[in-house]
Amino acid sequence: MKIYADNAATTEMSKAALDTMVYYLTNVYGNPSSLYTIGQKAKEELENARYDIASVLNAEPREIIFTSGGSEADNQALLSAAEIGKKKGKTHIISTTFEHHAVLHSLKRLEKQGFEVTLLPMHENGIVRPEELEAAIREDTCLVTVMAANNEIGTIQPIAEIGRICRDHGVLFHTDAVQAVGHIPIDVKAMNIDLLSASAHKFHGPKGTGFLYARKGVALTNLIEGGAQERGKRAGTENLAGIMSMAAALKETSAAMEKNSEKMSAVRDYLIKGLSEIPHCALNGDAKMRLPGNVNFSFEGIEGESLLILLDQKGISASSGSACTSGALDPSHVLLAIGRIHDVAHGSLRLTIGENATVEEADYIIESVKEIVAHLRSFSPVWRDLTEGKREYILP
Amino acid sequence: MALYSEKVMDHFLHPRNVGTIEDADGVGEVGNAKCGDIMKMYLKIDNDTITDVKFETFGCASAIASSSMATELIKGKPVSEAMKLTNQAVAEALDGLPDYKMHCSVLAQEAIESALADYNEKNSGKI
Repeated sequence: MKIYADNAATTEMSKAALDTMVYYLTNVYGNPSSLYTIGQKAKEELENARYDIASVLNAEPREIIFTSGGSEADNQALLSAAEIGKKKGKTHIISTTFEHHAVLHSLKRLEKQGFEVTLLPMHENGIVRPEELEAAIREDTCLVTVMAANNEIGTIQPIAEIGRICRDHGVLFHTDAVQAVGHIPIDVKAMNIDLLSASAHKFHGPKGTGFLYARKGVALTNLIEGGAQERGKRAGTENLAGIMSMAAALKETSAAMEKNSEKMSAVRDYLIKGLSEIPHCALNGDAKMRLPGNVNFSFEGIEGESLLILLDQKGISASSGSACTSGALDPSHVLLAIGRIHDVAHGSLRLTIGENATVEEADYIIESVKEIVAHLRSFSPVWRDLTEGKREYILP
Repeated sequence: MALYSEKVMDHFLHPRNVGTIEDADGVGEVGNAKCGDIMKMYLKIDNDTITDVKFETFGCASAIASSSMATELIKGKPVSEAMKLTNQAVAEALDGLPDYKMHCSVLAQEAIESALADYNEKNSGKI
């Protein structure tokens, strides 16, 4: 059985997205900046895509800027908000310890430029507490950036509440919605979102394409200087085929969101129930307030990379927060942020199922994980010490 | 390109000399759970020869493969030879390890050194 269970890493392109991409690559090759007919045709299509994407988020078309993906959008959002703040003498930014590195590393850069950053500590359930966020807001706070849903543990953040608080305090609110767009409902107006980042390949679109939503009135700072594309805010000839494909993918996933979400949540909960039967393991992140496709467990006494490679041998593609999977010394900063200590953060497994996942596939995954965890524990000196009482269990 | 060589995959999927030795003459454990790697080696030694060796490892695929290969390299060998085992020899026997996984072979060398030191201590400085 072949099961792709790493949809948070990337998704397979949908047929609609692929067909659209090929169509535009083949038939609409004009440069949207050109004045003649084929150029203007490309421009018209580009604006149709902008309209479609804006509609999904309840935004205005002119509030959508196309980028190369989520990381670029995050970088531009943070830099822009920081510039706006600086002009008003506000140089304090609030975020969380479990953001994506596109946000955390941008914040590091801003710190070097004199900004002060408060990272809210995360709690075991992996959900930001709005009252703690509100308490952290100061007179000189210019930006709050909190992801809409976490990429590792899938926890959905109370972004509507955070948006309300930020609006009340006159602070800009950015959300990295790379894992959320196309998967959970987002309404930028109702949620008081000022800036939002998204990436096409997380919702069955192509890689190398994404967008930044910036509410009208929020002035953007360029990362890329050059031509006047994207109202002068992002130079470079537009990736028309990629953008059209992204719009097609987003329209399709958004239209089917409710139905898919229900189906996927049922398989997700089935997986969680099945994997919970493994002794001394724990679900990472809140059981209910999580993306419909996300399952993330820590297993005591084993290391995640071994688990992944053995799962791959069984045809299952998954990921782990173990340091060994990235070449880093420390395991996932997200798992550490929610209080999983190193010993069990190394033994984590993330399964992110797709829209077509079935209970039969879930059964195969559960059976495979149970077998592999037992195998790895059978010659793990850590597990031996635990079972012989020489070491305290960390997970119940 | 695959992450690991065929040899690493073979030793990871079919690790040799897995387990424990009840009446081991030398036992060594290195690494820690915080870093994500722990290796434990058990040696049976007769007439200055390693007659049996077993290992237990908590760690990634290359850590498990390195342990397995290290046990093969010293089994049946004189203690004097086992003492000279280097991490490079372990890595080479596995047809190489990715750079950031070389520490796994170092851990294997250290686990054997630690088990031999334990044997030496128990036998009042025999080696």
